Amino acid sequence: MSDDATFMLDGRPIRFEAGQSILQAALAAGAFIPNLCHHPEFKPHGSCKLCTVKVNGRASSACTTRARAGQEVASDTPELNRHRRTLLQMLFVEGNHFCPGCEKSGQCRLQALAYDLEMLNPHYEHFYPPRPIDASHPDVLIDFNRCILCALCVRASRDVDGKTVFALAGRGTAQHLVVDCPSGKLGDTDFAATDKAAEVCPVGAILPKRVGFAVPIGERPFDIEPISVQAAHAAHAEPRG
Amino acid sequence: MTTREAALDTVLADLLARHGRDPGRLLQILLDVQARFTRVPPEAVPKLAAALDLPIGEVESTVEFYSFLSRTPVGDYRILFSDNITDRMLGNQTILDHMAKRLGVRAGEVSEDGLVSLDTTSCTGMCDQGPAILVNGIAITRMTLRRADQVCDLVRNRVPVAEWPADFFRVEHNIRRADMLLGADFMPGSAVKAAIALGRDRFLEEMRISNLRGRGGAGFTTAVKWEAARNASGDERYVVCNADEGEPGTFKDRVLLQYYPERVFEGMALAAYAIGARHGFLYLRGEYLYLRPMLEEKLVELRALGVLGRSIFGVGDFAFDIEIHMGAGAYVCGEETALIESLEGKAGRPRIRPPFPVTSGYRGLPTVVNNVETLCKVTEIALHGGAWYRGYGTKQSTGTKILSVSGDCARPGIYEYPFGVRISQVLEDCGAVRPRAVQISGASGQCLTPREFGRRIAFEDVPTAGALMIFGDHRDMFEVALNFAHFFRHESCGFCTPCRVGTTIQAKIMDKIAAGHGTQYEMNELEHLHEVMRTASHCGLGQTAGQAIADTIAEFRGDYEKRLARRDFEPAFDLDAALARAREVTGRDDADSRLVEEGWQLRETTR
Amino acid sequence: MRHVAPTPPRRKLRVATASLAGCFGCHMSFLDIDERLLDLIDLVEFDRSPITDIKHCGPCDIGIIEGGVCNAENVHVLWELRANCKVLVALGACAVNGGLPAQRNHLDVGSCLARVYRDRAGGEVPDDPELPLLLDKVRPLNEVVRIDFFIPGCPPSGDAIWKYLTDLISGRMPRLEHPMLHFD
Repeated sequence: MSDDATFMLDGRPIRFEAGQSILQAALAAGAFIPNLCHHPEFKPHGSCKLCTVKVNGRASSACTTRARAGQEVASDTPELNRHRRTLLQMLFVEGNHFCPGCEKSGQCRLQALAYDLEMLNPHYEHFYPPRPIDASHPDVLIDFNRCILCALCVRASRDVDGKTVFALAGRGTAQHLVVDCPSGKLGDTDFAATDKAAEVCPVGAILPKRVGFAVPIGERPFDIEPISVQAAHAAHAEPRG
Repeated sequence: MTTREAALDTVLADLLARHGRDPGRLLQILLDVQARFTRVPPEAVPKLAAALDLPIGEVESTVEFYSFLSRTPVGDYRILFSDNITDRMLGNQTILDHMAKRLGVRAGEVSEDGLVSLDTTSCTGMCDQGPAILVNGIAITRMTLRRADQVCDLVRNRVPVAEWPADFFRVEHNIRRADMLLGADFMPGSAVKAAIALGRDRFLEEMRISNLRGRGGAGFTTAVKWEAARNASGDERYVVCNADEGEPGTFKDRVLLQYYPERVFEGMALAAYAIGARHGFLYLRGEYLYLRPMLEEKLVELRALGVLGRSIFGVGDFAFDIEIHMGAGAYVCGEETALIESLEGKAGRPRIRPPFPVTSGYRGLPTVVNNVETLCKVTEIALHGGAWYRGYGTKQSTGTKILSVSGDCARPGIYEYPFGVRISQVLEDCGAVRPRAVQISGASGQCLTPREFGRRIAFEDVPTAGALMIFGDHRDMFEVALNFAHFFRHESCGFCTPCRVGTTIQAKIMDKIAAGHGTQYEMNELEHLHEVMRTASHCGLGQTAGQAIADTIAEFRGDYEKRLARRDFEPAFDLDAALARAREVTGRDDADSRLVEEGWQLRETTR
Repeated sequence: MRHVAPTPPRRKLRVATASLAGCFGCHMSFLDIDERLLDLIDLVEFDRSPITDIKHCGPCDIGIIEGGVCNAENVHVLWELRANCKVLVALGACAVNGGLPAQRNHLDVGSCLARVYRDRAGGEVPDDPELPLLLDKVRPLNEVVRIDFFIPGCPPSGDAIWKYLTDLISGRMPRLEHPMLHFD
């Protein structure tokens, strides 16, 4: 019997509250659906497409699809996971992701998803795009090489910090993050290390300065526990009211 | 302040005043800036941001999104070659090469004196009279080597484009088969009067009875869309005519706009009447800039006639007017939510749906977006009623459909048929020359082979936005797919991962195959990428971007295989070319400074 | 995982290893399988490898390559291993995605050479044919030859290498999962 506020995710019943997306409901229930551009505090963006699931047989992003009673949602299937691996590989070859030299390694969601989905190599020809680093700000560094265009910083700065420090510009693979001031340098904006936008980057593109390798590689969150397991734990620790 | 900066300030002040300092008109302002300075000067960005109270990032975002805006100067004469496969089949590359040689400038570059720049652009919608070019945004059709020479001379002598021979700019309608729409006379104002006589509810009822479906490709029922917008809450409602006809091979909207503009505008007024909108936009693709003065004149006429304005034909609460917005070279803006973003002055990235525009469209208010052809059909329903309209076509696809026919046929042009016409009939009527394949509905459509020519044009069989490109039996279908792959790489908006990166990787692989370095491995990759893009992309662009590749691999595999290397693997890049820079700086040219795999090839194949 | 006993193949498998544009860290990590080397030596014999100092390889079952491809000599070594090995394994970050050496890819190789040899040393860029010419970009192995298996990590741990190789030798589909799958 189908409950009023329940849908099925890979055969498991998931309860949801009115207005929740499939992704929100699944995460709240401790069922992990891979995602990168999602953040519980922000409106969905729906651009990374890692959370693509099949809802009653039709593909759609779990973060932008409303949960409805009786939906049959397939997520953890070989086909969808293969697609997700391909999407991750696309993100890896599109930028310059050099994990051994990245302070975010072991805490990076892109990398953690690659582990979770057993992505062993980037597969496609690397673009090796020439991308700059912006070290103009006294406390925060932007390494554009690692930006995956998830727009989390854009949303955080606009919606929480009220600053609109960031925007995405350009078309196709020329798309890139821009900083909102005439010089285009972070140091010339009113951006602060305490901004929400400074902490939401899922990869190592926006990093605080002077905190390099405080936790040794190998002992970082995703070294200790896979992202999917952490997500399940987080749900049980803070059941959503 | 330098004189240059002062000049910029003066121009910007004037433009801002003319556009009412409306941030929603940012793209329109930028187009004017581009026309004035042959680029958007970097200093203009913060100035515009300040004047319009927009973040600089948002202005940058718009500037960088549209192909017709440029951060670096283009030539005083900016020549863009339409590069659809149909232009290629008509020999545009020979003409481009010829002009490049004569003007001493390569494609993608600007001449040293800044006089002229040469480049390619996506299909400009002149497929039945190509090869086509745009000179400073204005279309020139039927290019020949002779005409190219004339253009070169005019450019060299700095003759203003307005003084060039009128024949260059002649755009034929090429209507080859007219039916209920194209063949009928139309008295401006008659359709709106007829609808008013019916009253809103009965007119909407007639619309319902007609079962008119959108002609932009998706085939959504127009009456349902209108009712949803009418019932949605909002202080204002908007009617938008989608005249961003960017699908390669499609040009029927251009003919309707040029030869039936009263129908288009009156269709918009009818939509406004039905949903209670006061304001309408015609979003005209940048490639059709040549139509703009005529359309503006037509709006003036319609206002004088009382079809537009306040209290239209005496109906007190029926006030409606139309504003023309120009696109700026972005195919994705044909997608209705991207179009709305563009109308608001932003980069044309498709929104998340739902909410749909009927409840939350332009400025978050209920908005109906209809295709040019759909709006023309609306006038017929107002005049003749839904039951009459339903008498044409098939059960699920009522009325007629206008097809843009191009490629290998004797009579390319516009063909209007009742829905349900067989493709073979169209091919016979246009004098198709030994067709090997037909690409239906443009680059994003499907590729049909002769065994499918018995199928019918209708939503229940072969749906189409109207393009029909014919490829004769001498054509190489790999070239067709390659052209489309480059098109999609150029047009992907970059919002979502699968389309942004997928179109680029597919284009790279197609180039590799074209260069003779593809293998079976690459063939498998193309199909897998299509599967991922089709499943996971945010909008129709990405979902269909790999379709032509998948179709041509399925139907014309030989065209690919004849190009494949006879090995199981080829490097991703040219190894020897990768040493060129080091050879240059060391001055070496010994055997060890070369990477030739021939000796190894033998060993690998005998392994 | 270290306790999974590899199923011995019918005959000893022949293995070649090489280091291209890398730091030998992956080879060092390979040696970190410690006493399991003794198990391994029962299962395989080494052809061309820094361990054996054999300079060119003959027909092999498995080739294991560390490092990316940064110059013409790397390409030749890679060709040799590809031509002689049934299965090629890319070992470590550099072999998998170019790694640290690929951090030079945004620079123009010609300007680099000119700056180092001409501008700073005041001499000429060496043109000795003995010196392998640099590629314009450092590439992962799979962009130059077909690669069958990938073991990421900088370096991959001895455990990961052992697990992967024993899977391979035993004819199982090799698999790396948490916590052995690492990019750093």
